[in-house]
Amino acid sequence: MAHNPSSVRLDSVSVHFGGLAALSDVSIEINPGEVVGVIGPNGAGKTTLFNVLTGLVAPSSGSFYLGGKKRSWPKTPDLTKIGISRTLQSVGLFSDLTVLENVLVGATHLSNDNFFKSLFGFDGVSAQSGRSRAEATLAALDISQYSERRADSLPYPISKRVALARALISNPMTLILDEPAGGLGIDDIEWLKEFILRIRTETSVLLVEHHMDVIMSVCDRIYVLNFGQLIAHGTPTEIRNNSDVIAAYLGTGADK
Amino acid sequence: MIFIDTLLLGISSGAIYSLMALALVLVWRSTRVVNFAQASQAVLSTYVGYEITMRTHNYWVSLPVAILFGAALGSSIDLLFMFYLAKKVRSGPIAEIAPVIATLGLLGLLQSIIGLIWGNSFLQYSTPLSGKGFTFGNHTVPFSPQNLLIVLATALVLIVFGVVFKFTNLGLALRAASFQPEIAQLAGIRVGRIRNIGWAFAGAAGAVAGAVITPTSVLSPNSLDLLLVSGFIAAVMGGLDSLVGAVIGGLVLGIGFAFILQYVGSSVTFLAGFFILVIVLLIRPRGLFGHQLGRHA
Repeated sequence: MAHNPSSVRLDSVSVHFGGLAALSDVSIEINPGEVVGVIGPNGAGKTTLFNVLTGLVAPSSGSFYLGGKKRSWPKTPDLTKIGISRTLQSVGLFSDLTVLENVLVGATHLSNDNFFKSLFGFDGVSAQSGRSRAEATLAALDISQYSERRADSLPYPISKRVALARALISNPMTLILDEPAGGLGIDDIEWLKEFILRIRTETSVLLVEHHMDVIMSVCDRIYVLNFGQLIAHGTPTEIRNNSDVIAAYLGTGADK
Repeated sequence: MIFIDTLLLGISSGAIYSLMALALVLVWRSTRVVNFAQASQAVLSTYVGYEITMRTHNYWVSLPVAILFGAALGSSIDLLFMFYLAKKVRSGPIAEIAPVIATLGLLGLLQSIIGLIWGNSFLQYSTPLSGKGFTFGNHTVPFSPQNLLIVLATALVLIVFGVVFKFTNLGLALRAASFQPEIAQLAGIRVGRIRNIGWAFAGAAGAVAGAVITPTSVLSPNSLDLLLVSGFIAAVMGGLDSLVGAVIGGLVLGIGFAFILQYVGSSVTFLAGFFILVIVLLIRPRGLFGHQLGRHA
């Protein structure tokens, strides 16, 4: 089931770990069809921001809006139901499962409201649509040939695509990608850039990435974090020319 | 003839180890906890079966009740104890070892509760099936209808849970939730509920083991303790993660014991169990059915 495109907004989010402020009053918004980047030096709070949005970290304060309506912060298992999917920096495949099984785990049939009905469906019968969707998703990412391989036997770039497939199978309206280009070679990075631009018509994308080339070529807007604070927000050109950003971040290696 | 008899003896005791090993593998696959309390859970379920048999005089009525009780007991242990413990100790080396130590505590606790209710004397929990071996011509083999029930129960548990793990959404969810709970949650799996089902499954399998094994000996609060050790050896030999491996591990152990008993002597039989385990692990460190590739974080 496709989710209706809606905007996702985090308003004035703060996160404190003990006395340390990991995020201070940060607001971001992702609109349907947009590719939005979040950049910042290591420790700037990017992953914490993603963890708040995906229910892995409870914010100290701040609000969550979906389609313009304020609602409670989503619980992690409910994310796919409200149309949000996420990949992890660490890839995080289930190593003992096959590629196809890994993708099937992300299919929404496991998070149906009717818990018991969803559990006792057999892959071969009631979840046939799940299986064919998983196969279609693998095909869309050019990795069909790996479908029966165990996840821990895959080359790294392929495992990143499998993680992407697992996030995409629930037809998210917003896809959150945590360093999708990390560890990839030039060809795979080019494929990734094209892929993000291809899927943006169906899903908005929120992206944390250290590869400035990727950020600058696929993002419509970019948020810049430093020490847990939002120091800039704008188009790639605006960010490139922002003196605060240059001082805090870009000057130290933006052209790598 | 002695060879065939020894083999049959090995298969009948091997099936008992297999059944216990299956229960241990089930809880490991579903929750990543090595459950020492499995023996006392199975014994408590068997006592419930015993009570039902006393009242109804029908073993076949007591069997499903004991299995349902075993499932409820497994689920309750998770809800009242393990879930809370996992919440309290989330990370660090303690997070992995604390649940295992907790199950050791539970083993003693449940055995004490059983002793308080039923006393420590030996009880007889019987099936309507004969414990006397089948007779072919004038030769009686060491394999009885009671042994056949154990073999069938082992096959049934293996098939039912094999199908659940391999072909159902629940099986996929159980496997995903046990390997990487955080990522499983991100994929929409309610890890807490899924783990609870895993505990219930293992409790039910343990109850099956207790209810069909106990009639071959006697019922007491710690009557399955030695079997727990053999079950562990069988499960580890099978790779701890594989249902088929648990059954093969149990059979290897049972048949190994029978031949050692027949051709070497009873004094080294128990020692031989550990010897077989060490040999298997030296040749295949991940067990007979463990996967050869390492598990990545």
